[in-house]
Amino acid sequence: MKILYFAWLKSRTGVGEEELTPPESVTDVGGLIAWLRGRSPGHAKALADMDVVRVAVNQDYAGLDHPVSPDDEIALFPPVTGG
Amino acid sequence: MIRIQEEDFDPGAEIERLVAGNRKVGGVASFIGLVRDEAGGARVGAMTLEHYAGMTEKELERIDAEAHKRWPLEASLIIHRHGRLAPGERIVLVVTASAHRQAAFDACQFLIDWLKTRAPFWKLEDTEAGEKWVEARGADDAAAARWRED
Repeated sequence: MKILYFAWLKSRTGVGEEELTPPESVTDVGGLIAWLRGRSPGHAKALADMDVVRVAVNQDYAGLDHPVSPDDEIALFPPVTGG
Repeated sequence: MIRIQEEDFDPGAEIERLVAGNRKVGGVASFIGLVRDEAGGARVGAMTLEHYAGMTEKELERIDAEAHKRWPLEASLIIHRHGRLAPGERIVLVVTASAHRQAAFDACQFLIDWLKTRAPFWKLEDTEAGEKWVEARGADDAAAARWRED
């Protein structure tokens, strides 16, 4: 599974992109986030408040109950500020 | 039509090219977003726009298609820049063309409102106090919510 981090999520986790294999018990976005928090103190800090984190699964916005599978590209980023 | 690029654009030339030869167009509306030199009282020396390549294109295509579904547009164009920009530089161009002005005005406003809350771009401001990620504004959410069809 490919995980991408943007903006301050990238600086807090210290990584822009990582290829991971979560345990089989991780079946949705919420479960993935909980698992990612355990990777490092930086991950825990970046993903502490999900009110300020948006999620995209395969480049579509997704909620915490959206299913995830091994071939997915999951992006985690703050609310957008373009325009 | 949508375009994501680092380089600047020429709004006049873009508008002319968009409507060239289409005699059904009676009105063209446009919006240009620029980099300000001030944010929350601090001077901004430059701004860096990061984006999620791939999803940005997908999301802008989706927003553009939605505008064409809602209004009788003859043509539309979104150009959004990324990379490091100085105050005064252009960030974004939205152009809409229709037979009549109301559809052009409304669709143009819709496009920039939705883009601001949906397209995956993030602004990093370089100020005298250091680098700072711009936070999303509630006012932008409210502006986008006006266009919600429930």
